[in-house]
Amino acid sequence: MTVSDIQVVQSEGTNAEGYHEFSLGEFTFRRDEFFVYIGWPTGNHIMSADAFLRALQRDVAWDFFYGVVNFDGVFGTVNHYGTVDIFAGRYNESYRKAELDYSENVETPQIRETFKAVLADWTNATFDPFASPHETGAAFGIKNGENISAVTRRRVAANRMVAVPGDEQIRSDASGFPVNRMFRDVDQSEPVIEVEPGYEGEVAAFSLFAYLSRSDVTWNPSVVSACKDSLFCPTTEEYILPIIHGNDRVEWFLQLSDQITWEVEDRDTGAVRSRVVMKAGDICAMPADIRHQGYSPKRSMLLVWENNSGDIPDLIASGKSPTYPIEF
Amino acid sequence: MGVLGSPAAGGGVERASYTTKFGSLESFDKGGVELVNDDARHYAFSNVFDVASRSKPWEKVAVGKNMEYVLEVVRAEGISEWRTAAHDEFAVCLDGEVTLDLVKLDSSPLAEGSEGSVAIDGEPVGPRMGRVYLKRGHQALLPAGAAYRFTATVTGVMLIQTIAGPDTQFRWAQICQTV
Repeated sequence: MTVSDIQVVQSEGTNAEGYHEFSLGEFTFRRDEFFVYIGWPTGNHIMSADAFLRALQRDVAWDFFYGVVNFDGVFGTVNHYGTVDIFAGRYNESYRKAELDYSENVETPQIRETFKAVLADWTNATFDPFASPHETGAAFGIKNGENISAVTRRRVAANRMVAVPGDEQIRSDASGFPVNRMFRDVDQSEPVIEVEPGYEGEVAAFSLFAYLSRSDVTWNPSVVSACKDSLFCPTTEEYILPIIHGNDRVEWFLQLSDQITWEVEDRDTGAVRSRVVMKAGDICAMPADIRHQGYSPKRSMLLVWENNSGDIPDLIASGKSPTYPIEF
Repeated sequence: MGVLGSPAAGGGVERASYTTKFGSLESFDKGGVELVNDDARHYAFSNVFDVASRSKPWEKVAVGKNMEYVLEVVRAEGISEWRTAAHDEFAVCLDGEVTLDLVKLDSSPLAEGSEGSVAIDGEPVGPRMGRVYLKRGHQALLPAGAAYRFTATVTGVMLIQTIAGPDTQFRWAQICQTV
Protein backbone atom coordinates (compact mmCIF):
# COMPACT_ATOMS: atom_id res chain seq x y z
CA MET A 1 0.00 0.00 0.00
CA THR A 2 1.42 3.37 -1.00
CA VAL A 3 0.37 6.75 0.28
CA SER A 4 -1.26 7.49 -3.08
CA ASP A 5 -3.50 4.42 -2.63
CA ILE A 6 -4.84 5.64 0.68
CA GLN A 7 -8.22 7.23 0.96
CA VAL A 8 -8.72 9.03 4.26
CA VAL A 9 -12.42 8.87 4.99
CA GLN A 10 -13.65 12.22 6.23
CA SER A 11 -16.87 14.21 6.03
CA GLU A 12 -17.33 16.35 2.98
CA GLY A 13 -18.17 19.39 5.03
CA THR A 14 -17.40 20.49 8.55
CA ASN A 15 -19.60 20.31 11.61
CA ALA A 16 -21.04 23.28 13.48
CA GLU A 17 -17.69 23.83 15.24
CA GLY A 18 -15.76 23.84 11.97
CA TYR A 19 -14.13 20.39 12.22
CA HIS A 20 -14.28 17.48 9.82
CA GLU A 21 -15.47 14.10 11.04
CA PHE A 22 -13.45 10.98 10.23
CA SER A 23 -13.87 7.23 10.12
CA LEU A 24 -11.44 4.33 10.01
CA GLY A 25 -13.02 0.91 9.50
CA GLU A 26 -15.96 0.85 11.88
CA PHE A 27 -14.47 3.53 14.15
CA THR A 28 -15.80 7.08 13.89
CA PHE A 29 -14.23 10.27 15.21
CA ARG A 30 -15.66 13.75 15.74
CA ARG A 31 -14.84 16.70 17.95
CA ASP A 32 -16.52 19.82 19.22
CA GLU A 33 -15.27 22.70 21.35
CA PHE A 34 -14.13 20.59 24.31
CA PHE A 35 -14.39 16.93 23.49
CA VAL A 36 -13.57 14.13 21.08
CA TYR A 37 -16.21 11.45 20.49
CA ILE A 38 -15.11 7.98 19.37
CA GLY A 39 -17.65 5.46 18.18
CA TRP A 40 -17.46 1.74 17.30
CA PRO A 41 -20.10 -0.95 16.72
CA THR A 42 -20.49 -1.91 20.36
CA GLY A 43 -20.06 1.43 22.09
CA ASN A 44 -18.71 4.93 22.20
CA HIS A 45 -16.28 6.98 24.22
CA ILE A 46 -15.56 10.61 25.07
CA MET A 47 -12.18 12.27 25.73
CA SER A 48 -10.98 15.79 26.35
CA ALA A 49 -9.79 17.29 23.03
CA ASP A 50 -6.62 18.37 24.81
CA ALA A 51 -5.77 14.86 26.04
CA PHE A 52 -6.79 13.21 22.78
CA LEU A 53 -4.63 15.49 20.61
CA ARG A 54 -1.60 15.14 22.90
CA ALA A 55 -1.89 11.34 22.69
CA LEU A 56 -2.60 11.36 18.96
CA GLN A 57 0.47 13.52 18.37
CA ARG A 58 2.73 10.93 20.02
CA ASP A 59 1.10 8.00 18.25
CA VAL A 60 1.62 9.68 14.87
CA ALA A 61 5.12 10.98 15.58
CA TRP A 62 6.32 7.62 16.92
CA ASP A 63 4.67 5.69 14.10
CA PHE A 64 2.71 3.73 16.74
CA PHE A 65 5.79 3.14 18.91
CA TYR A 66 6.64 -0.15 20.63
CA GLY A 67 3.59 -2.11 21.76
CA VAL A 68 0.45 -0.45 23.04
CA VAL A 69 -0.32 3.26 22.99
CA ASN A 70 -3.30 3.75 25.30
CA PHE A 71 -4.84 7.18 24.80
CA ASP A 72 -6.60 6.51 28.12
CA GLY A 73 -8.12 3.49 29.85
CA VAL A 74 -10.34 2.67 26.88
CA PHE A 75 -9.01 3.71 23.48
CA GLY A 76 -5.67 3.10 21.80
CA THR A 77 -3.49 1.27 19.28
CA VAL A 78 -1.23 -1.80 19.20
CA ASN A 79 1.73 -1.80 16.84
CA HIS A 80 2.38 -4.99 14.88
CA TYR A 81 5.07 -3.28 12.78
CA GLY A 82 3.32 -3.30 9.43
CA THR A 83 -0.23 -3.35 10.70
CA VAL A 84 -1.82 -1.68 13.69
CA ASP A 85 -4.73 -2.74 15.89
CA ILE A 86 -7.04 0.11 16.77
CA PHE A 87 -9.06 -0.81 19.83
CA ALA A 88 -11.67 0.24 22.34
CA GLY A 89 -11.89 -1.45 25.71
CA ARG A 90 -9.45 -4.22 24.80
CA TYR A 91 -7.18 -3.53 27.77
CA ASN A 92 -10.03 -2.66 30.12
CA GLU A 93 -11.27 -5.54 32.22
CA SER A 94 -14.77 -4.13 32.61
CA TYR A 95 -15.25 -3.59 28.90
CA ARG A 96 -13.99 -7.09 28.17
CA LYS A 97 -16.26 -8.74 30.75
CA ALA A 98 -19.21 -6.83 29.34
CA GLU A 99 -18.11 -7.84 25.83
CA LEU A 100 -18.14 -4.23 24.77
CA ASP A 101 -14.52 -4.25 23.65
CA TYR A 102 -13.77 -3.97 19.97
CA SER A 103 -10.70 -3.85 17.75
CA GLU A 104 -9.75 -3.81 14.11
CA ASN A 105 -6.45 -4.50 12.42
CA VAL A 106 -5.51 -2.02 9.71
CA GLU A 107 -2.54 -1.50 7.42
CA THR A 108 -0.10 0.93 8.97
CA PRO A 109 -0.18 3.44 6.08
CA GLN A 110 -3.98 3.65 6.33
CA ILE A 111 -4.09 4.48 10.02
CA ARG A 112 -1.02 6.69 9.72
CA GLU A 113 -2.58 8.90 7.06
CA THR A 114 -5.95 8.95 8.79
CA PHE A 115 -4.47 9.95 12.15
CA LYS A 116 -2.29 12.58 10.48
CA ALA A 117 -5.36 14.06 8.84
CA VAL A 118 -7.27 14.12 12.14
CA LEU A 119 -4.33 15.75 13.91
CA ALA A 120 -3.93 18.41 11.23
CA ASP A 121 -7.64 19.23 11.10
CA TRP A 122 -8.33 19.27 14.84
CA THR A 123 -5.22 21.13 16.05
CA ASN A 124 -5.89 24.86 16.16
CA ALA A 125 -3.34 27.61 15.62
CA THR A 126 -3.23 28.25 19.37
CA PHE A 127 -2.24 24.70 20.35
CA ASP A 128 0.98 22.67 20.18
CA PRO A 129 0.29 19.07 21.31
CA PHE A 130 4.01 18.42 21.95
CA ALA A 131 4.38 21.36 24.33
CA SER A 132 4.03 21.56 28.08
CA PRO A 133 0.78 23.23 29.21
CA HIS A 134 2.89 26.24 30.25
CA GLU A 135 4.19 26.62 26.70
CA THR A 136 1.06 26.47 24.60
CA GLY A 137 -2.40 27.92 24.35
CA ALA A 138 -5.56 25.86 24.60
CA ALA A 139 -6.65 22.96 22.43
CA PHE A 140 -10.27 23.96 22.96
CA GLY A 141 -12.77 26.01 21.04
CA ILE A 142 -14.21 26.08 17.58
CA LYS A 143 -11.98 25.69 14.54
CA ASN A 144 -9.35 28.42 14.64
CA GLY A 145 -6.66 28.01 12.01
CA GLU A 146 -4.05 25.25 12.07
CA ASN A 147 -0.58 24.51 13.41
CA ILE A 148 0.90 22.29 10.73
CA SER A 149 4.53 23.05 11.55
CA ALA A 150 4.01 21.92 15.14
CA VAL A 151 2.22 18.67 14.32
CA THR A 152 4.62 17.64 11.55
CA ARG A 153 7.95 18.12 13.33
CA ARG A 154 10.66 15.86 11.98
CA ARG A 155 11.55 13.13 14.43
CA VAL A 156 15.26 13.07 15.24
CA ALA A 157 16.88 9.66 14.77
CA ALA A 158 20.66 9.45 14.70
CA ASN A 159 22.09 6.55 12.71
CA ARG A 160 25.31 6.46 14.69
CA MET A 161 25.46 9.40 17.07
CA VAL A 162 24.46 13.04 17.15
CA ALA A 163 27.40 15.25 16.06
CA VAL A 164 29.04 12.61 13.87
CA PRO A 165 29.60 14.21 10.45
CA GLY A 166 26.65 13.44 8.16
CA ASP A 167 24.42 12.42 11.08
CA GLU A 168 22.02 14.44 13.24
CA GLN A 169 23.62 17.62 14.48
CA ILE A 170 23.64 19.47 17.78
CA ARG A 171 21.01 22.10 18.56
CA SER A 172 21.71 25.81 18.83
CA ASP A 173 20.01 29.19 18.87
CA ALA A 174 20.92 29.53 15.20
CA SER A 175 19.22 26.25 14.30
CA GLY A 176 16.04 27.31 16.08
CA PHE A 177 16.47 25.53 19.38
CA PRO A 178 16.94 28.00 22.25
CA VAL A 179 17.60 26.72 25.75
CA ASN A 180 14.33 25.81 27.44
CA ARG A 181 13.19 28.13 30.22
CA MET A 182 13.53 25.36 32.84
CA PHE A 183 17.06 24.42 31.74
CA ARG A 184 18.71 27.86 31.70
CA ASP A 185 21.16 26.68 34.36
CA VAL A 186 22.42 23.76 32.25
CA ASP A 187 26.05 24.12 31.14
CA GLN A 188 26.14 24.74 27.40
CA SER A 189 29.84 24.01 26.83
CA GLU A 190 30.63 21.38 24.21
CA PRO A 191 33.47 18.85 24.53
CA VAL A 192 36.89 19.95 23.32
CA ILE A 193 37.88 17.62 20.46
CA GLU A 194 41.32 17.20 18.93
CA VAL A 195 41.17 15.17 15.71
CA GLU A 196 44.05 13.85 13.67
CA PRO A 197 43.63 14.30 9.90
CA GLY A 198 41.62 11.51 8.35
CA TYR A 199 39.64 10.65 11.47
CA GLU A 200 37.09 13.47 11.40
CA GLY A 201 34.26 10.96 11.02
CA GLU A 202 35.40 8.80 13.93
CA VAL A 203 36.37 11.19 16.69
CA ALA A 204 33.10 12.74 17.78
CA ALA A 205 31.41 13.96 20.92
CA PHE A 206 28.69 16.37 21.99
CA SER A 207 27.01 17.65 25.09
CA LEU A 208 23.98 15.43 25.59
CA PHE A 209 22.75 17.62 28.44
CA ALA A 210 23.00 20.82 26.38
CA TYR A 211 21.30 19.04 23.49
CA LEU A 212 18.41 18.00 25.71
CA SER A 213 18.18 21.42 27.33
CA ARG A 214 17.29 22.76 23.88
CA SER A 215 14.52 20.27 23.11
CA ASP A 216 11.33 22.05 22.06
CA VAL A 217 9.05 19.10 22.81
CA THR A 218 8.04 16.98 25.77
CA TRP A 219 7.61 13.22 26.06
CA ASN A 220 9.15 12.47 22.68
CA PRO A 221 12.04 9.97 22.82
CA SER A 222 14.41 10.33 19.87
CA VAL A 223 17.56 8.41 19.03
CA VAL A 224 20.92 10.05 19.81
CA SER A 225 23.15 6.95 19.54
CA ALA A 226 22.86 3.39 18.25
CA CYS A 227 24.95 0.35 19.24
CA LYS A 228 23.38 -2.08 16.76
CA ASP A 229 19.79 -2.48 18.07
CA SER A 230 20.58 -0.77 21.37
CA LEU A 231 19.13 2.73 21.07
CA PHE A 232 19.64 5.68 23.40
CA CYS A 233 16.39 7.64 23.13
CA PRO A 234 16.59 10.55 25.57
CA THR A 235 13.72 12.97 25.97
CA THR A 236 12.67 15.90 28.10
CA GLU A 237 9.59 15.54 30.23
CA GLU A 238 7.22 18.01 31.84
CA TYR A 239 3.70 17.53 33.21
CA ILE A 240 2.14 14.13 32.30
CA LEU A 241 3.03 11.54 29.66
CA PRO A 242 -0.01 11.97 27.39
CA ILE A 243 -0.35 8.26 26.75
CA ILE A 244 -0.23 5.16 28.91
CA HIS A 245 2.45 3.06 27.26
CA GLY A 246 1.88 -0.68 27.25
CA ASN A 247 5.13 -2.54 26.69
CA ASP A 248 5.73 -5.36 24.22
CA ARG A 249 9.35 -5.60 25.36
CA VAL A 250 11.42 -4.55 28.34
CA GLU A 251 12.52 -0.94 28.19
CA TRP A 252 14.77 0.90 30.59
CA PHE A 253 14.69 4.39 32.06
CA LEU A 254 17.68 6.29 33.42
CA GLN A 255 16.70 9.54 35.08
CA LEU A 256 19.34 12.04 34.01
CA SER A 257 17.98 15.02 35.92
CA ASP A 258 15.25 15.98 38.36
CA GLN A 259 12.42 13.54 39.09
CA ILE A 260 9.63 11.54 37.47
CA THR A 261 7.02 9.40 39.21
CA TRP A 262 5.70 6.46 37.22
CA GLU A 263 2.37 4.82 37.84
CA VAL A 264 2.70 1.19 36.74
CA GLU A 265 -0.25 -1.06 35.98
CA ASP A 266 -0.79 -4.50 34.52
CA ARG A 267 -0.70 -4.08 30.76
CA ASP A 268 -3.80 -6.15 30.06
CA THR A 269 -6.11 -5.38 32.98
CA GLY A 270 -4.98 -2.01 34.29
CA ALA A 271 -4.61 -3.38 37.84
CA VAL A 272 -2.11 -1.29 39.83
CA ARG A 273 1.28 -2.97 40.29
CA SER A 274 3.58 -0.27 41.63
CA ARG A 275 4.66 3.34 41.74
CA VAL A 276 8.26 4.05 40.73
CA VAL A 277 9.90 7.23 41.95
CA MET A 278 13.00 8.07 39.90
CA LYS A 279 15.52 10.71 40.94
CA ALA A 280 18.67 11.84 39.14
CA GLY A 281 20.88 8.80 38.57
CA ASP A 282 18.18 6.22 39.19
CA ILE A 283 17.82 3.48 36.60
CA CYS A 284 15.15 0.82 36.30
CA ALA A 285 13.45 -1.53 33.88
CA MET A 286 9.86 -1.40 32.81
CA PRO A 287 8.82 -5.07 32.42
CA ALA A 288 7.25 -6.25 29.16
CA ASP A 289 3.83 -6.96 30.69
CA ILE A 290 3.07 -3.58 32.24
CA ARG A 291 1.79 -0.20 31.19
CA HIS A 292 3.09 3.03 32.62
CA GLN A 293 2.45 6.75 32.77
CA GLY A 294 4.90 9.34 34.04
CA TYR A 295 4.51 12.58 35.99
CA SER A 296 7.27 15.17 35.88
CA PRO A 297 6.71 18.23 38.09
CA LYS A 298 9.65 20.13 36.58
CA ARG A 299 11.05 19.68 33.09
CA SER A 300 13.45 16.77 33.44
CA MET A 301 15.86 14.76 31.32
CA LEU A 302 15.07 11.07 30.89
CA LEU A 303 17.17 8.53 29.01
CA VAL A 304 14.88 5.93 27.49
CA TRP A 305 16.86 2.87 26.45
CA GLU A 306 15.29 0.55 23.89
CA ASN A 307 16.22 -2.72 22.21
CA ASN A 308 14.94 -2.25 18.68
CA SER A 309 15.17 -5.94 17.68
CA GLY A 310 12.13 -7.04 15.73
CA ASP A 311 12.34 -10.51 17.26
CA ILE A 312 11.49 -9.47 20.80
CA PRO A 313 7.67 -9.17 20.72
CA ASP A 314 7.35 -12.75 19.45
CA LEU A 315 9.93 -14.05 21.91
CA ILE A 316 8.03 -12.52 24.79
CA ALA A 317 4.57 -13.38 23.51
CA SER A 318 5.63 -17.02 23.02
CA GLY A 319 7.15 -17.23 26.48
CA LYS A 320 10.65 -17.87 25.15
CA SER A 321 11.84 -14.68 26.77
CA PRO A 322 10.70 -13.50 30.22
CA THR A 323 8.74 -10.30 30.69
CA TYR A 324 11.39 -8.92 33.03
CA PRO A 325 15.03 -8.40 32.12
CA ILE A 326 17.07 -10.21 34.77
CA GLU A 327 16.86 -13.28 36.99
CA PHE A 328 18.48 -12.71 40.35
CA MET B 1 9.38 29.28 46.87
CA GLY B 2 11.08 31.04 43.99
CA VAL B 3 10.26 34.54 42.87
CA LEU B 4 7.22 34.55 40.65
CA GLY B 5 7.85 35.10 36.98
CA SER B 6 5.54 36.08 34.18
CA PRO B 7 2.37 34.42 32.99
CA ALA B 8 3.27 31.60 30.63
CA ALA B 9 1.68 30.95 27.25
CA GLY B 10 -0.72 28.55 28.91
CA GLY B 11 -1.93 31.20 31.35
CA GLY B 12 -0.32 29.90 34.56
CA VAL B 13 2.38 31.90 36.34
CA GLU B 14 5.82 30.28 36.44
CA ARG B 15 8.78 30.80 38.70
CA ALA B 16 11.35 33.32 37.52
CA SER B 17 14.01 30.62 37.48
CA TYR B 18 14.41 26.89 37.96
CA THR B 19 17.22 24.72 39.28
CA THR B 20 18.05 21.53 37.39
CA LYS B 21 19.06 18.73 39.72
CA PHE B 22 21.74 16.32 38.52
CA GLY B 23 23.29 13.60 40.63
CA SER B 24 26.97 13.11 41.42
CA LEU B 25 29.26 10.85 43.39
CA GLU B 26 29.23 13.43 46.17
CA SER B 27 25.50 13.99 46.19
CA PHE B 28 22.76 11.69 45.02
CA ASP B 29 19.30 10.92 46.28
CA LYS B 30 17.63 7.62 45.43
CA GLY B 31 13.97 7.06 44.71
CA GLY B 32 12.60 3.53 44.56
CA VAL B 33 9.85 1.13 43.67
CA GLU B 34 6.77 1.37 45.89
CA LEU B 35 5.16 -2.03 45.48
CA VAL B 36 1.43 -2.63 45.37
CA ASN B 37 1.28 -6.04 43.70
CA ASP B 38 4.62 -6.91 42.14
CA ASP B 39 8.20 -8.06 42.78
CA ALA B 40 10.82 -5.33 43.09
CA ARG B 41 13.39 -7.50 41.31
CA HIS B 42 11.39 -7.22 38.08
CA TYR B 43 12.40 -3.56 37.91
CA ALA B 44 16.15 -4.00 38.65
CA PHE B 45 16.11 -0.57 40.27
CA SER B 46 19.48 0.96 41.18
CA ASN B 47 21.29 4.29 41.06
CA VAL B 48 24.36 4.87 38.92
CA PHE B 49 26.08 7.09 41.47
CA ASP B 50 25.38 4.65 44.26
CA VAL B 51 26.83 1.83 42.16
CA ALA B 52 29.91 3.87 41.21
CA SER B 53 30.46 4.89 44.82
CA ARG B 54 30.84 1.18 45.69
CA SER B 55 32.90 0.19 42.63
CA LYS B 56 36.61 -0.07 42.05
CA PRO B 57 38.07 2.31 39.46
CA TRP B 58 37.18 1.29 35.89
CA GLU B 59 35.11 -1.76 36.85
CA LYS B 60 32.36 -2.20 34.29
CA VAL B 61 29.23 -2.86 36.34
CA ALA B 62 26.02 -3.58 34.46
CA VAL B 63 23.09 -1.46 35.62
CA GLY B 64 20.89 -2.27 32.64
CA LYS B 65 20.55 -5.36 30.47
CA ASN B 66 18.31 -5.99 27.50
CA MET B 67 19.13 -9.31 25.85
CA GLU B 68 22.81 -9.04 24.86
CA TYR B 69 22.96 -5.28 25.30
CA VAL B 70 24.06 -3.65 28.54
CA LEU B 71 24.49 -0.30 30.17
CA GLU B 72 27.65 -0.28 32.27
CA VAL B 73 28.54 2.16 35.02
CA VAL B 74 32.21 2.90 35.48
CA ARG B 75 33.85 4.74 38.34
CA ALA B 76 36.33 7.00 36.54
CA GLU B 77 39.37 7.42 38.76
CA GLY B 78 42.99 7.62 37.59
CA ILE B 79 43.85 6.08 34.22
CA SER B 80 41.97 3.19 32.62
CA GLU B 81 43.41 0.31 30.63
CA TRP B 82 43.21 0.43 26.85
CA ARG B 83 40.13 -1.34 25.49
CA THR B 84 38.59 -2.05 22.11
CA ALA B 85 35.40 -3.48 20.61
CA ALA B 86 34.44 -4.66 17.15
CA HIS B 87 31.33 -2.46 17.25
CA ASP B 88 30.63 1.14 18.17
CA GLU B 89 30.22 1.90 21.85
CA PHE B 90 29.30 5.18 23.50
CA ALA B 91 30.38 6.83 26.73
CA VAL B 92 28.46 9.47 28.66
CA CYS B 93 30.23 11.38 31.41
CA LEU B 94 27.70 11.67 34.23
CA ASP B 95 30.07 13.25 36.75
CA GLY B 96 33.68 14.43 36.86
CA GLU B 97 36.03 15.23 33.98
CA VAL B 98 37.55 12.61 31.72
CA THR B 99 39.99 12.71 28.82
CA LEU B 100 39.45 10.13 26.07
CA ASP B 101 42.37 9.00 23.88
CA LEU B 102 41.73 7.10 20.66
CA VAL B 103 44.13 4.99 18.57
CA LYS B 104 43.26 3.24 15.31
CA LEU B 105 44.47 -0.32 15.78
CA ASP B 106 46.68 -1.76 13.05
CA SER B 107 45.38 -5.15 14.02
CA SER B 108 42.34 -5.81 16.19
CA PRO B 109 42.48 -8.71 18.66
CA LEU B 110 38.78 -9.26 17.99
CA ALA B 111 37.09 -11.18 15.21
CA GLU B 112 34.70 -9.19 13.07
CA GLY B 113 31.23 -9.39 14.58
CA SER B 114 32.41 -10.21 18.08
CA GLU B 115 30.49 -8.52 20.87
CA GLY B 116 31.59 -6.59 23.93
CA SER B 117 34.86 -4.86 24.65
CA VAL B 118 38.15 -6.43 25.69
CA ALA B 119 41.27 -5.08 27.32
CA ILE B 120 44.41 -4.65 25.24
CA ASP B 121 47.71 -5.88 26.56
CA GLY B 122 50.21 -3.05 26.75
CA GLU B 123 50.11 -0.04 24.47
CA PRO B 124 47.95 -0.10 21.34
CA VAL B 125 49.74 -0.22 17.99
CA GLY B 126 48.44 2.13 15.35
CA PRO B 127 48.01 5.77 14.44
CA ARG B 128 46.65 8.26 16.93
CA MET B 129 43.09 9.30 16.05
CA GLY B 130 42.51 12.08 18.53
CA ARG B 131 41.61 13.16 22.02
CA VAL B 132 38.34 14.32 23.55
CA TYR B 133 37.89 16.24 26.80
CA LEU B 134 34.63 15.28 28.46
CA LYS B 135 32.76 16.98 31.26
CA ARG B 136 29.43 16.20 32.91
CA GLY B 137 26.74 15.56 30.32
CA HIS B 138 29.11 15.00 27.41
CA GLN B 139 28.75 11.91 25.22
CA ALA B 140 31.50 10.44 23.02
CA LEU B 141 31.71 7.84 20.30
CA LEU B 142 34.04 4.91 20.98
CA PRO B 143 34.37 3.81 17.36
CA ALA B 144 34.52 0.19 16.27
CA GLY B 145 38.09 -1.01 15.80
CA ALA B 146 39.67 1.79 17.80
CA ALA B 147 41.54 1.44 21.07
CA TYR B 148 40.37 3.83 23.76
CA ARG B 149 41.62 4.88 27.16
CA PHE B 150 40.12 7.22 29.73
CA THR B 151 42.01 9.49 32.09
CA ALA B 152 39.94 10.98 34.89
CA THR B 153 41.22 14.47 35.64
CA VAL B 154 38.40 14.74 38.17
CA THR B 155 37.01 11.50 39.65
CA GLY B 156 33.63 10.80 38.16
CA VAL B 157 31.13 8.39 36.68
CA MET B 158 30.81 7.12 33.12
CA LEU B 159 27.90 5.34 31.49
CA ILE B 160 28.83 2.96 28.66
CA GLN B 161 26.33 1.89 25.98
CA THR B 162 27.65 -1.45 24.75
CA ILE B 163 27.17 -5.22 24.53
CA ALA B 164 28.02 -7.54 27.40
CA GLY B 165 31.62 -8.71 27.24
CA PRO B 166 34.04 -10.78 29.30
CA ASP B 167 34.70 -7.95 31.73
CA THR B 168 31.09 -6.90 32.31
CA GLN B 169 30.31 -7.34 36.00
CA PHE B 170 26.84 -8.58 36.95
CA ARG B 171 26.01 -8.04 40.60
CA TRP B 172 22.28 -7.36 40.54
CA ALA B 173 21.57 -8.67 44.03
CA GLN B 174 24.11 -6.23 45.45
CA ILE B 175 23.04 -3.12 43.56
CA CYS B 176 19.28 -3.48 43.05
CA GLN B 177 16.28 -2.95 45.26
CA THR B 178 15.00 -6.44 46.14
CA VAL B 179 11.99 -5.81 48.39
